[in-house]
Amino acid sequence: MLAYLVRRLLYALPILIGVNLITFALFFIVNTPDDMARMQLGVKRVTPEAIARWKGERGYDKPLFINESAAGIGVVTDTIFFTKSARMFAGDFGRAEDGRDIAREIVTRMGPSLAIALPTFVLGLLVTVSFALLLTFFRASYLDFWGVVLCVALMSISGLFYIIGGQYLVSKIWRLVPISGYGGGLDAWRFLILPLAIGVISGIGSSTRWYRTIFIEEISRDYVRTARAKGLSEVTVLFRHVLRNAMIPILTGVVVVIPLLFMGSLLTESFFGIPGLGSYTIDAINAQDFAVVRAMVFIGSVLYIVGLILTDLSYTFVDPRIRFN
Amino acid sequence: MSAEEPVSEGVLLDVRALRIAFAGAFASTSANTQPLLLAVDGVGFQVAAGETLALLGESGCGKSASALGLLRLLPAAGRMVGGEVRFEGRDLLQLPEAEMRTVRGGGMAMIFQEPATSLNPVLTVGHQVGEVLERHLGLTGRAANERSLELLTAVGIADPARRLGEYPFQLSGGMKQRVMIAVALAGNPRLLIADEPTTALDVTIQAQILELLRSLQAERAMGMLLITHDLGVVAQMATRVGVMYAGEIVEEAPRDDFFSSPRHPYTQKLFAALPDLAQRGGRLETIPGQVPALAEMPTGCRFAARCAHAWQLCRQQSPEWREVAVGHRVRCHLYSEAGGGHSPGDGGVPTGAAELSATIATTARQRAPEPTLLVVDDLRVHFPIRRGILQRTVGYVRAVDGVSLALARGRTLALVGESGCGKTTVGKAILQLIMASGGSVRLLGQELGGQSRSALRPLRRRMQMIFQDPFASLNPRLSVGEIIGEGMHALGMVGKAEQGRAAAITAVLQQVGLDAAATDRYPHEFSGGQRQRIAIARALAVQPDLVICDEPTSALDVSVQAQILNLLGTLQDDLGLAYLFITHNFAVVDHLAHEVAVMYLGRIVERGTVDEVLRSPSHPYTRALLSAVPSPRLAMHPRSQPEYIRLPGEIPSPANPPAGCHFNPRCRQATAVCRERYPETSTLTTTHTVNCHLYAPDQVNSQVGVSVE
Repeated sequence: MLAYLVRRLLYALPILIGVNLITFALFFIVNTPDDMARMQLGVKRVTPEAIARWKGERGYDKPLFINESAAGIGVVTDTIFFTKSARMFAGDFGRAEDGRDIAREIVTRMGPSLAIALPTFVLGLLVTVSFALLLTFFRASYLDFWGVVLCVALMSISGLFYIIGGQYLVSKIWRLVPISGYGGGLDAWRFLILPLAIGVISGIGSSTRWYRTIFIEEISRDYVRTARAKGLSEVTVLFRHVLRNAMIPILTGVVVVIPLLFMGSLLTESFFGIPGLGSYTIDAINAQDFAVVRAMVFIGSVLYIVGLILTDLSYTFVDPRIRFN
Repeated sequence: MSAEEPVSEGVLLDVRALRIAFAGAFASTSANTQPLLLAVDGVGFQVAAGETLALLGESGCGKSASALGLLRLLPAAGRMVGGEVRFEGRDLLQLPEAEMRTVRGGGMAMIFQEPATSLNPVLTVGHQVGEVLERHLGLTGRAANERSLELLTAVGIADPARRLGEYPFQLSGGMKQRVMIAVALAGNPRLLIADEPTTALDVTIQAQILELLRSLQAERAMGMLLITHDLGVVAQMATRVGVMYAGEIVEEAPRDDFFSSPRHPYTQKLFAALPDLAQRGGRLETIPGQVPALAEMPTGCRFAARCAHAWQLCRQQSPEWREVAVGHRVRCHLYSEAGGGHSPGDGGVPTGAAELSATIATTARQRAPEPTLLVVDDLRVHFPIRRGILQRTVGYVRAVDGVSLALARGRTLALVGESGCGKTTVGKAILQLIMASGGSVRLLGQELGGQSRSALRPLRRRMQMIFQDPFASLNPRLSVGEIIGEGMHALGMVGKAEQGRAAAITAVLQQVGLDAAATDRYPHEFSGGQRQRIAIARALAVQPDLVICDEPTSALDVSVQAQILNLLGTLQDDLGLAYLFITHNFAVVDHLAHEVAVMYLGRIVERGTVDEVLRSPSHPYTRALLSAVPSPRLAMHPRSQPEYIRLPGEIPSPANPPAGCHFNPRCRQATAVCRERYPETSTLTTTHTVNCHLYAPDQVNSQVGVSVE
């Protein structure tokens, strides 16, 4: 098992280097360092000298990948890519263009992001699995039929509609909670409850339908027939036999997103004005702040790889065939 | 069976006029509005304590549906639409569901066909047995644990304490079926329903399981309902036999009477279609046509359309039960007063015409052998086992370990062995579908190993394969014409010109006995036997010299198997094909093959002509294998029955074969030398060789006469 983990972590290195290269390349295909300087300096003060000074101060006056004028190893190290992107492997994210330390910014913004993403994830999982089990128990009945119709309706509606509709109804008409914003401490629940509810509801449709399909497929297997032939009740069959086997495919889709919860949600956070990592990323993209975008993409890919490894590990808990091989 | 008939003493289960229907294909939420199709129509039988009733029938005859119906465990589309199931006096069909659950697993337990899928993969053996103990006996904790140990011991599982904590995937197939039996016995059932309990197992394991079931039944005086398609299993297990056809029981008889004089024409055809009853190489009896579809059941006798003896009355009126001997009843107009003049003949033996054609065919097969087509020399296929961070190779699974074969045009070589012995891997390695690790394969004198893909392409035309499962091996999205034409096109047999291609496809379809109209239809529109014909047509389309048949009939019913074997025989006579026949079925080998090679753990242990290997087997493994086959012939001639040699244990892993002779841990005649080194090949006759120390030159004088007493 340890050997397996070490091997997986070694595989991760080339993936991260590749992600870094591609992010860097994509960003600088669209923008040149000159464009970045113009954007940051604003329209009025743009002179070639100001641009050159801006680039010089921030180290954007070097070649992108290969510095032919440098000597020795400097050919590779004295470039924008190496000085900006490669340093992230040492945990050094540098500063945003407004001068703030990115690492510190990430730590402070992680709290609000998790406060909304984690409860949404846990509650959403509970609701959808229970709903799917309910539909499975009453399979091929009217309850099942209309439940599936409801799921299809829910997943056919755009996520934006839930957000705007919810804000209009709950905050504007009923005036139950604030439309947007965030407060620290215990008071935060007033700002979180609406995005939480909307997050759960908008996810019900597709997940329930998927889990229901998994349960129905599992319930037609031979071992379920054996369990029934033992005289077990349908509820016992469902919870003791079917659920444990169905967990295997469900985990594939679920565990991988757990680490990504740290990243927050781009859409929810920007609509509800929550100062988390999601809105941080969106703002950085709008401001063409390459340092922040680069850092967030890097962290995202690290977390995704961690998620995949966690998925493999979680199999060993639910599937003895993997645990013992 | 009439409803007024009184229940006799000791009857455990009394089923009367059972009718089970299935909703149409699109049944789910709107099942109630779909037309119901009767799969089981008026079935009645009784099972007494301590006796075994075997329900015999081919796939789709309703035997499994009847069994599941007794437990009220039909799949969602199934409905019980009529009848009575009296178990220990209570009508199960009237019981509330909660009470029915005490019967399931408690009064009546069931074991299923496929032990690999019938156990829950993520629960331990102890959990799955203990669950029943808790449910029906209220045993938990230590008491349950002790009882589980007793049960595992009773079903012959070694080291039961360790097995309790293991998961199904850690057990072999035979062991899983033993666990299934332990699960079934846990609730102390009075009736055991066994649905094809050994169909998925190898013959030596089948023999072990059947023996176990017999002894457990005798110990506990259980009633047993055995569902099977295998006349050999019936012969070994049954007290009484019921034959099902198209949802009805058509004949019921005590076992001996059943085997000595089967009465219903369908039963007689079943016996005649068995390969080992017919003259070798001859044509097998087949049943023309197919079982009628559920939606279009005829009003008269359901077998009439396929019956050689049918006359007017059969098509108009469904026959009543007639008692032809004590306890022997049959539903056939031949035995009614009106049918006195129509004698069905004495069943079981092929009629004169069949015998004649058999003789002709046999003569044809004894032509002088032609030059050698395929030579396989010291073929090895080793799969590496990788471990650790760097995935270094730490060992090899020696799936095929030094196999040599030779096959001439127009001849059939059967490669026999149990699952996991490497026989399929040999086939694939010959076709170069997997890379051999060593040795050579020469076809028409040309070496195939190590050739590039493009160099192999022209040679691929010369060799084709037919697979086991015609349901899985044909692409469901391609029409039959496309399936057949694809190979022709890929190997440059025909141009793109539609005309020539269509004519070629029609010709090959006719060769396998299918109509040209099949071209534009899709595989799902055909029955299993027809699909296997399509698979054969696909192989023949490129005019090969060698066809590797990998268990081509093991997924088929006996009567369909007979058709396919006949077809393969005809094609060989007409086209001079050479067959490498991979199988575990000795009856098929006996019928079709010229030579036999027996494989054990990646190596050939005995080879020779069919007569030499099957009539005077020399290797202890061959002898044990042959004695384990439950043959229906034995029941008819009890004296010819050789003693069954019980083979302990199961086939070891090819990753770690036993030292010395691979077979020594299971061999009763193993000596010190067997544990030390692998035996050399000993030549018994010019064609018969065996790898066994009993026949080593220095031992011949003292030991060759030793019989397997």
